[in-house]
Amino acid sequence: MAGVRLVDRLAALGAADGVTVIGEEPHAPYNRLLLDGVLAGRYAPEVVELPRPDGPAYLSGVRAVRIDRDDAAVVCDNGDRVPYDTLVLATGSSAVLPPLRGLSGTAGTGSPRLPEGVRTFRTMDDCLALAPRARPGVRAVVVGGGLLGVCAARALASRGVRVVLAQRGGHLMDRHLDPRAAALLRAHLESLGVEVRTGCRVRGLLVRGSGEGRAVEGVETADGSRTEADLVVPACGVRPRTGLAAAAGLTVRRGIVVDDGLRTDDPRIHAIGDCAEHRGTVHGLAGPARDQADLLARRLAAPGGAGGTGRVPLYRGSRVLTRLTLTGPRTGTGPATSPSAAGDGTTTTAGEGTGDVFDLAAFGEVAAGPEDHELLLSDATRGAYRKVVLRDGRLVGGILLGDLAAVGTLARTWEGGEPLPGHPIHLLTTDGGHR
Amino acid sequence: MSTTTVDTHCPYCALQCGMRLAPRAAPRAGHASAGASANAVAEAPAEAPADAVAEAPAEVVERPDFPVNRGALCGKGRTAPAVLSRAVRLTGPLVRDAASGELVPASWDEALDRTAAGLARTAEVHGRAAVGVFGGGGLTNEKAYLLGKFARAVLRTPSIDYNGRFCMSSAAAAHQRAFGLDRGLPFPLEDIPRSGCVILVGSNPAETMPPALRYFTELRENGGTLVVVDPRRTRTAEQADLHLRPRPGTDLALALGMLHLVVTEGRVDEAFVAGRTTGWPQARAAATAHWPELVERITGVPVPQLREAVRMFCDAPSSMVLTARGPEQQAKGTDTVGAWINLCLATGRAGRPYSGYGCLTGQGNGQGGREHGQKADQLPGYRRLDDPAARAHVAAVWGVDPGDLPGPGRSAYELLDSLGREVRALFLSGSNPVVSAPDAARVTGRIASLDFLAVADVVLSETAATADVVLPVAQWAEETGTMTNLEGRVVLRRRAVAPPPGVRTDLQVLNGLAARLGWEEGFPVDPEEAFEELRRASAGGPADYSGITYRRIAEEEGVFWPCPETGEASAPHPGTPRLFLDRFATPDGRARFVPVSHRPSAEEPDAEYPVFLTTGRVSAQYQSGAQTRRVDELNAAAPGPFVQLHPQLAEQIGVAEGDPVAVTSRRGRAVAPARISRDVRPDTVFMPFHWAGEGRANTLTNPALDPVSRMPEFKVCAVRLEPAARA
Repeated sequence: MAGVRLVDRLAALGAADGVTVIGEEPHAPYNRLLLDGVLAGRYAPEVVELPRPDGPAYLSGVRAVRIDRDDAAVVCDNGDRVPYDTLVLATGSSAVLPPLRGLSGTAGTGSPRLPEGVRTFRTMDDCLALAPRARPGVRAVVVGGGLLGVCAARALASRGVRVVLAQRGGHLMDRHLDPRAAALLRAHLESLGVEVRTGCRVRGLLVRGSGEGRAVEGVETADGSRTEADLVVPACGVRPRTGLAAAAGLTVRRGIVVDDGLRTDDPRIHAIGDCAEHRGTVHGLAGPARDQADLLARRLAAPGGAGGTGRVPLYRGSRVLTRLTLTGPRTGTGPATSPSAAGDGTTTTAGEGTGDVFDLAAFGEVAAGPEDHELLLSDATRGAYRKVVLRDGRLVGGILLGDLAAVGTLARTWEGGEPLPGHPIHLLTTDGGHR
Repeated sequence: MSTTTVDTHCPYCALQCGMRLAPRAAPRAGHASAGASANAVAEAPAEAPADAVAEAPAEVVERPDFPVNRGALCGKGRTAPAVLSRAVRLTGPLVRDAASGELVPASWDEALDRTAAGLARTAEVHGRAAVGVFGGGGLTNEKAYLLGKFARAVLRTPSIDYNGRFCMSSAAAAHQRAFGLDRGLPFPLEDIPRSGCVILVGSNPAETMPPALRYFTELRENGGTLVVVDPRRTRTAEQADLHLRPRPGTDLALALGMLHLVVTEGRVDEAFVAGRTTGWPQARAAATAHWPELVERITGVPVPQLREAVRMFCDAPSSMVLTARGPEQQAKGTDTVGAWINLCLATGRAGRPYSGYGCLTGQGNGQGGREHGQKADQLPGYRRLDDPAARAHVAAVWGVDPGDLPGPGRSAYELLDSLGREVRALFLSGSNPVVSAPDAARVTGRIASLDFLAVADVVLSETAATADVVLPVAQWAEETGTMTNLEGRVVLRRRAVAPPPGVRTDLQVLNGLAARLGWEEGFPVDPEEAFEELRRASAGGPADYSGITYRRIAEEEGVFWPCPETGEASAPHPGTPRLFLDRFATPDGRARFVPVSHRPSAEEPDAEYPVFLTTGRVSAQYQSGAQTRRVDELNAAAPGPFVQLHPQLAEQIGVAEGDPVAVTSRRGRAVAPARISRDVRPDTVFMPFHWAGEGRANTLTNPALDPVSRMPEFKVCAVRLEPAARA
């Protein structure tokens, strides 16, 4: 998506001529963030297609296999050599496959061939492969209770799949949420029929058959118990795709290392998006990727290009909220019904398929240390939870869940580094809305 | 007290509220013979006693039968006759004295001679294009038409534009792109309460056109919902069922985010899109690139509120989007309006009863003013100046060679910015750019560098005060003429009282200048005669007025264009209150989606200028204040400029209520008292733009232009704040 955005901006700046876009995926460029809606069957795959401006040459379904820096050309898997003056790596990230017993059938063949019924959830191809299997009554295990796992579980459940969400940590989305917020999220998922298991480490796949015919039958967890499944979706995070850069001798740590000009250590080669590491950070979120694409487009379109002497902007990093909107089936008309969490922690919904929506925002450090101040507003009857963590008069983290009316204020304060209001409780109060 | 009244319309905004004027009997002292009728008053004596000078010669009476306002008037309309009083207005021509440098009284002949000579000399020395004309959106159709004719046929200059460019040009451009026609509202105001949901974007009718507020009140009484999009909690926003408060300059992203939700929630009206539009896949892809969480990040509007707005808009059986200056006065105003139009088209909310997109035009004749030839690229009837057939038609009406008509010229700001350089002499009518133009200090400097400036105005405005010649002209109540209100309804203002003896009408001024420049004929002083010519010039054009007559306007409470002449054998065309119900005005009859993407404002806050400035109006003042600042009652209600800021921001910079605050942008510095309020975002300050001098908001504004409409970015720029020393 960083690459698509870059091309879009270059075109808007009148600088897209002479650009070649090499893309491994055969599909029109799409918005990856919307794949859970495709998987859930809420909309058709073409709905997630992104604009493809005129101007550049597009090589789709073509994989770049090598960068020939001496010759300034990219070598493709179809034998093409694409020469460049400037090269931008926007190779993104790929789903991490956890070290599960039985995951890889034949050792030593490079990319592991997964058993039938095992599929990550990252690309359109993943989505198109999973969707036809996601039928009512089908049993699925989603391995990983982070952002991606929660989205996958929600999407599958909305198709009537009986989902077990296995989270190794003590609560869902433990990188983003505190236990109380995670409990509300858990209650929401459970209300949709998802069985959430925390502290549950999946250590192996149960597989029948062999070779090409291997198919998954379930998972085995660390405590030795077994869960039958027709589908297993590993959702254990993503890893920057840096192989091309590393093989070309560019500096790679977690991601491809870039400076404030988004340049690698070869000044003709840039990297943006999930594959890039800037000031030690790999963002892995769409917002920063977009920021980087926008900035690089301005740099490349500047007089003399990014290496020119004109004033070109620098990238100083992005601070963004992690946002998650879990949307139900098509809402059509009528009011959405929110889940209400009862005092005992169980949750009920007002009816089947009412298309309730669950909104969540989180950022920074959400666990308050002993010296920190914590402001917290919790309304269990509405499934709403709001919290900020303050340290030395600064905002260091926060969670909004169920009631996002304050998200604008919080985002402004966090992203813009704005000073705190005299009464920090205003951080959690609303910005407009209903009369 | 008179019992005879004259039906007319308010001199101010685009509603053109109906009102009646009751001319006052002339004062007792020595003028007992003055009659009650308009004609009698027209013969009022030249010398009035001192006590009569300050008194308005007419008073306003309710006109409940006129449909737009049903008798209601705001404070501006009620007090409008005060500006007729001789105490506050110009009563005779002024010319700049070469010796003293002061403006001194002069005869009309001298003033017109000097004007004609000033314009002619510049044309001779620097070429015809070096003579500029700058008009106004408050001029009647007849004046706008003849001003355009004066520029193109007499001066033969391409250098003409008008302050309407600062008003609705972005909406006009987006209208043209999507629908093939530009009329502010495609339906009468009376349709608003019958709709199910109205989204008002960057519009504050509670302050800017109070008599229109009742339509939105009735909408809600009828069970409809009102959504207001405004960075500020305005008096209009207080009425809303849902108020979205985007960061200034992000309305475009907001509309794209709503369209995104329309798509992903399956709310697209596929049959309408397939049957009545073109270009949907590209527009959809553009919306796909603006997912809700991104839009939230850009706008600051929470996704749940965005969803709620979509639900209100789409669940209603019919719905409307109405924009005003908020989204339009941006360097991306055309695309912003386009994004809202796309939302209407995707949901089938256009070209259907009680649904559609509309623009709430600001100035009294913002609509008609742009249709009849003041705009840099247009000829009467909303014809394009670069269209050979249009040129031929209009040239024939004017009796000139089409080849002699100049081509399109510079847009308003570009014209003002060229003064003293490419354009060296200017004839300015009904506008006050010293107060109203963006980057006003720069524009003031450009105006000062002119070789020659003539200003026709009612009062000695800040701009007129800098002129070489000031031509005092008649006001709304003193002359007849037509206006086209925001609905596209052509209305008739009637003369109720006579202008003071030293004052002439704009038509007389143009007639006198044209005669001095070789056109003895072709510039009628009778408004109806001018309108008859306008009808012929507009015939067959997009804004066809040929079937409209003064008589029909009077009988029908206004006539909506297009209204072509049908010939004597046929029934007259009824006019067109509702557009697009069968087809859009494009060649294929389909509305066009235009794919648009969000982009930042030309100037975003940074470390040096960390706060947004947005500008707007207050209820008791109008535009540059040239008229309303001369009315005591209005000044009492709104005495001067102010800086509205959030308590958090006030605390940060250390100012209390009423303290003077210095607001500085890259273009200049303005100082006005702090007005501390939670109604404005903590990252934004608001200033009304009605005043000159130290508190002039437009000293600060950014003249970055929209690439299509050439609209300046009045509504968003970056400033810094600090306490100012008390004067």
